[in-house]
Amino acid sequence: GINAEYGDFWQDCCASRVFNTPLTEQGIIGFGIGAAAAGSTAIAEIQFADYIFPGFDQLVNEAAKYRYRSGNEYDCGRLTVRAPWGAVGHGALYHSQSPEAYFAHTPGLKIVVPRGPIQAKGLLLSCILDNNPCIFFEPKILYRLAAEEVPLGTYTIPLSQAEIVRQGTDVTMIGWGTVVHVLLEVASMAEEQLGVSCEVIDLQTIAPYDAQTIEASVKKTGKAMVVHEAPLTQGFGAEIAARLQEKCFLHLEAPVQRVAGWDTPFPYIYEPFYLPDKWRCLDTVKKLVDFM
Amino acid sequence: VISSGINAEYGGNGIVGAQVPVGAGIAFGHKYKGDGKVCIALYGDGAANQGQVFEAYNLAALFKVPCLFTCENNHYGMGTSDVRAAANPLYYTRGDAVPGIKMDGMNILAVREFTKAVTDWMRAGNGPVVAEVETYRYYGHSMSDPGTSYRTRDEVQEVRKTKDPITMVRSMMVEGELATEAELKELDGECRKIVDDATKFARESPELDTHEMFNTIYTDMDGSRIRGSDSMTYGIHSP
Repeated sequence: GINAEYGDFWQDCCASRVFNTPLTEQGIIGFGIGAAAAGSTAIAEIQFADYIFPGFDQLVNEAAKYRYRSGNEYDCGRLTVRAPWGAVGHGALYHSQSPEAYFAHTPGLKIVVPRGPIQAKGLLLSCILDNNPCIFFEPKILYRLAAEEVPLGTYTIPLSQAEIVRQGTDVTMIGWGTVVHVLLEVASMAEEQLGVSCEVIDLQTIAPYDAQTIEASVKKTGKAMVVHEAPLTQGFGAEIAARLQEKCFLHLEAPVQRVAGWDTPFPYIYEPFYLPDKWRCLDTVKKLVDFM
Repeated sequence: VISSGINAEYGGNGIVGAQVPVGAGIAFGHKYKGDGKVCIALYGDGAANQGQVFEAYNLAALFKVPCLFTCENNHYGMGTSDVRAAANPLYYTRGDAVPGIKMDGMNILAVREFTKAVTDWMRAGNGPVVAEVETYRYYGHSMSDPGTSYRTRDEVQEVRKTKDPITMVRSMMVEGELATEAELKELDGECRKIVDDATKFARESPELDTHEMFNTIYTDMDGSRIRGSDSMTYGIHSP
């Protein structure tokens, strides 16, 4: 892959099991669905999440509906699709997208986004072992930036479980992938500059998501913000905001806020202005706290 | 990349192969309008295996559109060689019912004459053609690709020495006494100056204002609000 995801291991051990395909996303995903249906564990890589759309029909109309339409007679649960995801600093329109919202809208698929190497290993293994078709989006900017002490043995991190990465009492911040690191920085800034204590939650699984954890947090803090790189309108933050206002209405001290990318194609030269950076997030913390 | 008529360029994008059905559509548009123009839809050997390319061939053949599907085969789709990506690496035959022709892309005169002949043929109403233009890529696919992990340096040098198109034209012109070495050197200098001037202009130009982020998303929506990055912030759509 372009990010040397597989290193050299594939040449040593298993050239028949790890192989390149031609440039053919619809074919790759269809092929993967078939292999999975026949009983093989299939891990299909799409070079960039921006390229996943030729395979959209296969994922939405085939993979997601396979078990349902056959009354559980057959399924493609052994399929996992991996794709590099999100802003990388210079990716522009077609190497920066975060398409989780398109897929979260499709019952039958699981969508997962790790925030770092330790979560990536645990969550990816969970996706591979999970008996439903999963899409695993990997924040590509973290390939070269993130370095952690990853345990060598096998371990999994459960799907559909959010993680409270930083405990707090005043504001709930919800994000996934790269943005979690931004939120952790904002939480420190909010503590120092505003005396505000923020709880940062990494959603980890976008669909089906852990509503319990985020609802419990928002009932505690009364103030919520969801942050994602994808454009504001119809981003996954919209689903979370709708859910929170529905379930936590009487606990809310301010409207649920979203900080997101602009409703434009992902720009090249304007990337620093496009992304929901720490300044926008800190500003939103202030808005939440000053609302009443 | 797609071009049609004279000086109408529709550009290229990051989703390789996506421009091919669009090119067939442009050619159809020209045929429909009867303006005598044709469309050249260019794609690489990597993109040549995308499904939508074959849909485009079929549509173009059925509706007899004047589209020249041109596969620029430089033998590598990023790091994958053409023979490892295609069960049938004879890309000019992949059009099936669409006639195909292969030619040497390193010979500038061949390319010129071929393009003239084929576009005339298409203008006469004969329908689409698939062309495979054989060429080579010296550098890597992108800044992330050194270009040496999937082929030998010797191979690259060999092509540079024996098949470089610009070197070929230089020899042709000098041997055919169309120009002297000195004149060609002067031409080189002029070209270098054009590039240097353009680089300087680019480096010294001011950065665009951020409100330019909101232009040309739609048309006829100027003045309307563009949402993001939070519920209280707006941009204004401009032309």
